[in-house]
Amino acid sequence: MNLLNLFSKRKSAPVARERLQILLAHERTIAGGSDLVAVLREEILAVLKKHVSVDSDKVQVKMERGKAVSTLAVDIEIPTPTEPLSKLERPKVAAAAAAAG
Amino acid sequence: MAKVLVVTSGKGGVGKTTSTAAIGAALAKDGKNVVVVDFDVGLRNLDLVMGAERRVVYDLINVVQGDAKLPQALIRDKRVDTLCLLPASQTRDKDALTEEGVSQVMNELREKFDWVICDSPAGIERGATLAMRHADVAIVVTNPEVSSVRDSDRIIGLLDAKTARAEKGERIDKHLLLTRYDPARAERGEMLKTEDVLEILSIPLLGIIPESEEVLKASNLGSPVTISNPLSGPARAYADAAKRLSGETVLLTIPTDRRSLLGRLFMRRAA
Repeated sequence: MNLLNLFSKRKSAPVARERLQILLAHERTIAGGSDLVAVLREEILAVLKKHVSVDSDKVQVKMERGKAVSTLAVDIEIPTPTEPLSKLERPKVAAAAAAAG
Repeated sequence: MAKVLVVTSGKGGVGKTTSTAAIGAALAKDGKNVVVVDFDVGLRNLDLVMGAERRVVYDLINVVQGDAKLPQALIRDKRVDTLCLLPASQTRDKDALTEEGVSQVMNELREKFDWVICDSPAGIERGATLAMRHADVAIVVTNPEVSSVRDSDRIIGLLDAKTARAEKGERIDKHLLLTRYDPARAERGEMLKTEDVLEILSIPLLGIIPESEEVLKASNLGSPVTISNPLSGPARAYADAAKRLSGETVLLTIPTDRRSLLGRLFMRRAA
């Protein structure tokens, strides 16, 4: 592993760049306060919660500010029922499975 | 028409005061009437970097509170006569700055000068928001380093929300000044590249100041680097940035401290 690292020579700047992009996308939604992204995030989360149980940290709404157009990216992570579930989710999914059966 | 410029960053130690002094001096050398204003109440340092620490009699707070008239507090630079300094108070608290008082001083300065350059304290508290309050233009000083970029992003948000211009629904011109940049390390992938920082912060670039020994030498001497060693890399980068602020188009380069062997020997002896 160490030898492999020596040869692949992982650069630190791309790591910095990636960490910043992820962090700032998140922080901008919080610090924005009344902005569109924060409102969208809350409403998307509310709609989702009606149908599936999602962790609020797993919903990312990103606005890429561009000169001509801005893009809105919504990234939602939904737990797959096959994976070990958290305590909260278990009864709901069990009920759903029973209904399906 | 006078322009109020705030030099801000969020994070401390990235070069706000150095940049304020260097750009202020460069604009003044180009014949503009310039005042540099220290907003770092309690931790003033612009006077020291400008080499005027022993000439301070009255300060910004004395003027804000009406204890002194503005001309009494202004210190004219001995090297460039179109350059003035309005120092901060070292003993008082930042709460002594009132919003109305600052606004009044800013209006008075606008009448006397072409450029009013406000050196912001670090942080996002009252001192920093007061410094940016009346700005038409902002320079966001950033090091190619994660914590500095993060704090700059925060400050850009504040500039768009808390300035008088933003509240009136007007735009505030924001420029990125990348300081302590090392092109060789960036090329080797050890430092964030200019393009990386620009992509993350998405504000236009005013200039790239190379990491250089000349910056510390200049502050040791109490002279803005654009005065003490105008041919050095950082001085030329600051001078170009000042020209861009005045609306000139200058090709963006990263000037280095190139010196001949003979010149190097000579400089050593002189310093």
